[in-house]
Amino acid sequence: MSHIIKTDDLRYAYPAAEEGQLAIPVLKGVDLAIERGEFVAVLGHNGSGKSTLAGCFNAIRLPTGGVCYVDMMDTRDEKNTYEVRKTVSMVFQNPDNQLVATVVEEDVAFALENMGVPPAEIRRRVDDALKAVGMYEYRAQAPHRLSGGQKQRVAIAGVIAMMPRCVVLDEPTAMLDPQGRREVMAVVRELNRRFGITVILITHHMDEAVQADRVIVMHQGNVLMDGPPRTIFAQVDELRAASLTVPQTIEILDALDRQDGAALPIDALTVDECADILETYLR
Amino acid sequence: MLKDITIGQFFPGDSAVHRLDPRVKIVLTVVFIVMLFCATGPLSYGLIFALLGAIIRISRISPKLVVRGLRPILFIIVFTAVLNLFYTPGEYLWQWGFLHISKEGIYTAVFMVIRLMLLIISTSMLTYTTSPIQLTDGLERLLRPLKRLHVPVHELSMMMSIALRFIPTLIEETEKIISAQKARGADLESGSLVQRAKAMIPILVPLFISAFRRADELATAMECRLYRGDVGRTRMKQLRLTRIDLIACVLVALLLAAVLVLRSYGL
Repeated sequence: MSHIIKTDDLRYAYPAAEEGQLAIPVLKGVDLAIERGEFVAVLGHNGSGKSTLAGCFNAIRLPTGGVCYVDMMDTRDEKNTYEVRKTVSMVFQNPDNQLVATVVEEDVAFALENMGVPPAEIRRRVDDALKAVGMYEYRAQAPHRLSGGQKQRVAIAGVIAMMPRCVVLDEPTAMLDPQGRREVMAVVRELNRRFGITVILITHHMDEAVQADRVIVMHQGNVLMDGPPRTIFAQVDELRAASLTVPQTIEILDALDRQDGAALPIDALTVDECADILETYLR
Repeated sequence: MLKDITIGQFFPGDSAVHRLDPRVKIVLTVVFIVMLFCATGPLSYGLIFALLGAIIRISRISPKLVVRGLRPILFIIVFTAVLNLFYTPGEYLWQWGFLHISKEGIYTAVFMVIRLMLLIISTSMLTYTTSPIQLTDGLERLLRPLKRLHVPVHELSMMMSIALRFIPTLIEETEKIISAQKARGADLESGSLVQRAKAMIPILVPLFISAFRRADELATAMECRLYRGDVGRTRMKQLRLTRIDLIACVLVALLLAAVLVLRSYGL
């Protein structure tokens, strides 16, 4: 009942490029259940199917096998598409290609206008959303004058204004510099903690996945691992087998264990935790 | 070179000109153009010039920027001037073979140049001070009656606003591609016209491919944001006529009347 997203043997295959060729399967039977209010990070190497999975949550891609339920609605039913997209909104990788309007505030208002919200309420929700991402002072600016991180925050403001129950972010920091990444991640955490929105963050940055409550590792179209970040990242060998790196904090502890047989606990997710463990070890 | 293209750009601001209702601005711009072609004498042009100057002043857009907007059409201006100068029959002041300059020619050339410049400046003032969304919003509403004739008014205005939104993005991209091709030894500046046109191909092809990719992503993003054409769509900014709009209309109407009166006196 309380699952916001539930998939049942979800399969997706891209149609063959030419006739006579086989369709290319990307998702090969994914079973997932995402609770309301969770902050989930989906990790995976290129081609692991993580972006395709994100598309299924939003009815951009309809499963070619199995079912995906969003808030109990079957995404395959065209009658549900509008409600599904109202429930799960999406932020994409390239900030330039998702901003429609030439003024920041008009872009944030775009979805609300499409939803037919009365003008006065649009104004209020747009202002609140822009304040929430710290972009209120830029409301009259043209998007092309903003930095990548700022553009991405505007895109997130557009999502906050819609007040969806779930937000899927498809590698929102992939095209940003470190400063922009920090800004965007701070806003993403806010989305979850302050607004109680379910957040699904598709990423390949380990340090971003660490901030989630739950990490799902995708590999070759299947869910390889699923659990809290602490237990996931302790499985260094399995992660490497899926061509993923581990957070640097864990990498150093793991290397010490291997070289010196130090037998350190390798579940340090933050730099402070790692420093504490190293300090005790060195004494 | 690409930075010079300012037509279609919007400079946000909060002046009275910016706050004018877009519908009023569009209609007044059309009236202004009509006025330009009605004007015949120096006094009328003086009046029109004064109004345009006042508009630029009030809008707080730097006059330098406004003049720079003329650069892309400089060729057309010079071309018209030369044609008018040499080919207007009348009282010849100078003659050489088939070329001749007449008194009337000088007169027409000067006025054509002024007319063209004022035309470009006035229309670009519209886009400088009106956000493309407001502009298309205004157009959409002005053209709404055409919907009954099955003209896709909303779709057209959406297309226009997206085109305007992506002008700066694509300019930036073109510059990047040019640099990338130059770094690979592309020669864009020398050679005959045909050679230079051919040299544009390695720039246009990547630009087109990227534009298609952007279009695909933007369409997906718009769908995610519940866009379904103008079905049940509301707008954040409601268009409401205010005192400023009234003042602007009265001002332009008076000027038009003045120009028409002056016209009958040939001033």
